[in-house]
Amino acid sequence: MPPEFSVRVGQALDNERLRRNIRRTMDGLVAKRRQAFPDTDELTVLRRRGKLIRGQALANLPDLLLELEANCERNGIQVHWAETAAEGNALVLDLLRRQGARRVIKGKSMVSEEMGLNHYLEAQGIQAVETDLGEFILQLAGERPSHIIAPAIHKDRGEIAALFAAHFPEYPYTEDIEGLTAIARRIMREHFGQAVAGLSGVNFAIAETGTLCLVENEGNGRLCTTAPDLHIAVCGIEKVIARLDQLPPLLTLLTRSATGQPITTYVNLISGPRREGERDGPREVHLVLLDNGRSRIHRDQQLRATLRCIRCGACMNHCPVYSRLGGHAYGTVYPGPIGSVLEPQIQGLDRQGELAEASSLCGACGEVCPVRIPLPGLLRRLRAEGVGDGPDAGVPGHGSRRKVLHRLIWSLWRQAHAHPPLYWLMTRLATRLRRLLPTGLGPWARTRTPSVIAPRSLHELARAEGFAHE
Amino acid sequence: MPHSARVYFFGTCLIDLIFPQAGLAAMRLLRREGLEVIFPQGQTCCGQPAYNSGYDAAARAVARQQLATFPEDYPILVPSASCAGMMKVQYPKLFAGTADEERALHLAARVHELTDYLARVLDWRRPDLGPPLKVVLHHSCSARREMGVSGAAADLLARLANLEVVEPDHAHECCGFGGTFAVKQPEISAAMAADKAAAILATGARVLVGQDCGCLLNLGGTLAYGLTAKGLTASPRTPDPQAPVVKHIAELLWERTHAP
Repeated sequence: MPPEFSVRVGQALDNERLRRNIRRTMDGLVAKRRQAFPDTDELTVLRRRGKLIRGQALANLPDLLLELEANCERNGIQVHWAETAAEGNALVLDLLRRQGARRVIKGKSMVSEEMGLNHYLEAQGIQAVETDLGEFILQLAGERPSHIIAPAIHKDRGEIAALFAAHFPEYPYTEDIEGLTAIARRIMREHFGQAVAGLSGVNFAIAETGTLCLVENEGNGRLCTTAPDLHIAVCGIEKVIARLDQLPPLLTLLTRSATGQPITTYVNLISGPRREGERDGPREVHLVLLDNGRSRIHRDQQLRATLRCIRCGACMNHCPVYSRLGGHAYGTVYPGPIGSVLEPQIQGLDRQGELAEASSLCGACGEVCPVRIPLPGLLRRLRAEGVGDGPDAGVPGHGSRRKVLHRLIWSLWRQAHAHPPLYWLMTRLATRLRRLLPTGLGPWARTRTPSVIAPRSLHELARAEGFAHE
Repeated sequence: MPHSARVYFFGTCLIDLIFPQAGLAAMRLLRREGLEVIFPQGQTCCGQPAYNSGYDAAARAVARQQLATFPEDYPILVPSASCAGMMKVQYPKLFAGTADEERALHLAARVHELTDYLARVLDWRRPDLGPPLKVVLHHSCSARREMGVSGAAADLLARLANLEVVEPDHAHECCGFGGTFAVKQPEISAAMAADKAAAILATGARVLVGQDCGCLLNLGGTLAYGLTAKGLTASPRTPDPQAPVVKHIAELLWERTHAP
């Protein structure tokens, strides 16, 4: 059992090095995004388009998925459907075994993290090698990504140098970023040269053309999807869009929101295996489409907005909670605001419902989301589902966060504030007994000097000053 | 913009019990501009604490009381962007599809955050009678985002000639209050409050001014508790003598333009 959320929060807040690393990177990403969208009118228009494209795709999701399947198959991409993570893992394993692969090189894929694919394959005797530099570092450290775009940002260069020194003693110690990258590059090239199977994620799957779009900055994604004979792409079913001409607005929203880049160094559009007469490229391309709870989310008209996400990470970068904790404290694959909305829906409110409360509802996430997901509204909605007041009993763990004491408190609060005579009595007592009332409001007063209730309420003062009451 | 001669004032529950002088200052400001200010005694709370905690039924019951309390077609002025946002933006969602939907929309359309009404509708301008003073302005997230009125508070302060107005580092970031968030996630909230308080202290301003008493309660309490360079002290200590005094913007505006 991993420690409770509150324990992980305490550990993260006490870790000054972690907080410094996260804060520095988040501030940098926030500044880069701001510079990437100098024209706020253009941003407004783009976000509206992005929301529309993703919203339309979700409105037609079943049809688009079938169209995607048909067009992929026509291009020679073999399509597989996985309802659960376990089914997805089994499909990938089967494909690797048929290829006789004992190792698979991986481009960055959050869906594979969601499936727990690496651990599953290791247990089956197949080594998964991460080739994204951040993921490569984390694999050495035995850690999960702490951010969906920049998975190793919680580590500074000193920590990475120490990891490299421990794992690759044959190379001289260096803290130089170029030097560290050169070491990783040399090790990865061995793998790229030998691998018979590669695995990647998918940023957008285009139904009209049967094309898989994958963006990256290191070129490792292109190598994983072209060098080995077998390429397996894993993809959440929500990633489909209708048409190729919808890709450019989404791409520019994605890269500018994520890293402030006008475009990534590599944009891969994969539309099939090696054709007759071609000298390179994979001989087989497989697309594994993963549901893992997405269909259930899709059924609720409001919660469906969760699936518009294009995984840019801007909500994390701008979140005052994430930028103090980093991703690991969340204890989930997807951290930050989108994680706190998605994970309780996938894993259940009984298991991850507290994440919906790890937000001051400040609105920074909703303000920057490139596809305008109303993240604060969805967090609030999940709180309501957690205590059983929400409208959708189908959300897993609906009502599981209901507590007798809390219901009692809110019921008393409701009585006092829905009935003015009772409210007047309560406030009269509170203002008269102000010095006698307990001031230590539990955790609030641990870090704050409590405020004292005023001697007269505004209701009384307004009357005394002759303000009309109706 | 022409304005109504009669306005409702919704004082908010926090101001009612903890910061009534802020509400009174706001009402005096409005009355001095020639408005007839009506303070219905049946008002209680906008319902946001329960709403943000997911207790929709309790929130609806309390919000319904406010729907009944402000029936006439007068503007409803609210000295808090957070409560104004609840009434203007969230009530229509809270009551969507219920028998009270129309009443909720009728109320929502009339809700104005106080500084926005002062700056944009009344075009409030008064000579600054106070001595030179440096103030640090903290915008609530509701003012900045949900209501989009944060420019109004800055405009009003800029109209006072003897004020120097500064904003803290990371001004866009939440102070960590978030209503029940501060109680449910006290450690995260405290870390956010400590950073914000440190940024406020670093400005060297003598007064912290804001348009939301939730933030002021949080930041005032944190500043009074005392900070170290790293954040919060482990135990209460004497607060920094340089720590600013906390004031709602209505109090500051009234104090500096009112000849006793």
